[in-house]
Amino acid sequence: MFRRRRTASLIPNYILLGGLAIFSVIPIVLLVLNSLKTTVEIQENPFGLPTAARLSNYVDAWVQGQFSTTISNTLFLTSGTIFLVVVVGGLAAFALARFRFSGANALSFYLLVGTSVPALLFIVPLYFMWAQLDLINSLPGLIIVYAALYSPFATYLLRSFLVSIPMDFEEAARIDGANDLQVLTRVILPLAWPGFLTVVLVVGLGVWNEFLFANTFLQDPALKPISTSLLAFQTRYQRDWGLTSAASVMMILPVLLLFLSLQRQFIEGLARGGLKG
Amino acid sequence: MAVTPVSGLRRPAQPRRRRFPWRPWLFLAPLLLLNLVVIVTPSLLSIRYAFTDWTGIGAAQYVGLANFQEMFGDRVFYRAIGNNVRWTVLFLIAPVLMGLLGAYLLSTIRRGQMLFRTLYFIPYVIASVVNAYIWKLILNPVFGIGPWLAERGIPWLDIRFFGRSDTSLYAVAFVDNWHFWGFLVVLYLAAMHAVDAELYEAARIEGANPWHEFWHVTLPGIRPTLVFTLLMIMIWSFLVFDYIYLLTNGGPAQSSEVLGTLTYSTAFYSLRVGYATAIALTMTFFSALFISMFVVLRRLGWEV
Repeated sequence: MFRRRRTASLIPNYILLGGLAIFSVIPIVLLVLNSLKTTVEIQENPFGLPTAARLSNYVDAWVQGQFSTTISNTLFLTSGTIFLVVVVGGLAAFALARFRFSGANALSFYLLVGTSVPALLFIVPLYFMWAQLDLINSLPGLIIVYAALYSPFATYLLRSFLVSIPMDFEEAARIDGANDLQVLTRVILPLAWPGFLTVVLVVGLGVWNEFLFANTFLQDPALKPISTSLLAFQTRYQRDWGLTSAASVMMILPVLLLFLSLQRQFIEGLARGGLKG
Repeated sequence: MAVTPVSGLRRPAQPRRRRFPWRPWLFLAPLLLLNLVVIVTPSLLSIRYAFTDWTGIGAAQYVGLANFQEMFGDRVFYRAIGNNVRWTVLFLIAPVLMGLLGAYLLSTIRRGQMLFRTLYFIPYVIASVVNAYIWKLILNPVFGIGPWLAERGIPWLDIRFFGRSDTSLYAVAFVDNWHFWGFLVVLYLAAMHAVDAELYEAARIEGANPWHEFWHVTLPGIRPTLVFTLLMIMIWSFLVFDYIYLLTNGGPAQSSEVLGTLTYSTAFYSLRVGYATAIALTMTFFSALFISMFVVLRRLGWEV
């Protein structure tokens, strides 16, 4: 589909592309290598292979970093947010795609502006509002915040998927006596699932990696998600580069596996989600 | 021509719906409620607090424009704005050039295109906490890349990158760019794929070299995407927070302070909520300015 050139003339291009790939990936490879070394070994040999793979780093990091707690906190935050966002965004997208009503354009514009409001503008008053409502140090409290942050994105994305579904299917269901909710769950959902999958992946990734709100709204160590516990872990064992590296690998491994297996959905979704990150 | 209504035909669904104008709003209600509680209300409160001396506890005292007067007389505030401007300029150049280069090179090859694209994108999906940690290790002043190279006879990189006030901001920007530029490759490559192949044929027939092709066919072809990314970078550069907070927290001696970190530390460490919201409002003003540029360009018919 593109220009065709002889392979030989492409060698410099491949060399440059390879150089860029090394730049992107080597730091991550180093992280994995260092996760298998002791801190002393890292300090003596930060860029080489480990003398012996010290897998016990992972066990130690798991125990000392209380990963069983932080992972379940993160999983709860992620799944709770995904659920809320899919429901809230799905309903809103359905309304925008299927009803003609006055105010629809204004609403779309408002959502666009609403998503561009900087987090640091509202995080301060929100924190004190949440403190009054007893929602600080509460995972559901943070899920509500995340859901509000991600639902406009989900609404936009899902609307574009819903618009592309022909009305015929829906009308056929209506003739059979289906109500709005039945149309949504029986007709729309099965057809628009790629859109929902993209939303699940993008929102899941966002919450898994989220730092600013988690760091601000959760201070109780028992409620810390992985992202902020990694930071606490770093200061508590300031010199322990080996354990922190192992903990980091444990945090990114699920993300990398999921990304590599579903990269088309990830890339498409993130490309539409703007540049936050 | 008169249309005679035909009785007995089923009426279309549309008029029936009009009897329930509130129905779409029922579906929209959860979204609007969430938005109202989490974003709109606190944002409006911010505007109010900016004119008070509120500390987060107790009653807020109205102080008029005192916060803004203090802000415009504060050297740290100007330092932060200056750093946001530096950040904007850096990010309008480095990742855009790297993104264009990567995407252009990828567009010339077929074998391995997907693989390279994936590799470039990986740092973008990794948490900022981890990325920051990776580079804290690599750039460590005691055993990182600097001392390592110095031992091998290359002394000029033996710098405390995050610990010196003349390098801290650039070191953080380097790390942020490392995680970000691959994202631009993906956007630019998608745009390049959409450029009409016949334009390249035509350029080839006229004897264009690859540089001419890039300059006269590729760049104009991806202009909407390019302008979009440049605007997004401008908006986002005034909101930058994560990487600076994680790597230097604005230091040393506030040399890498930006409006985001300044707002955060003023609110949550100094507990000067009123003053912090005044800074946050200024931040919002800049991003609103860039967003309106976006809207204006669209109105002018640029396909941004």
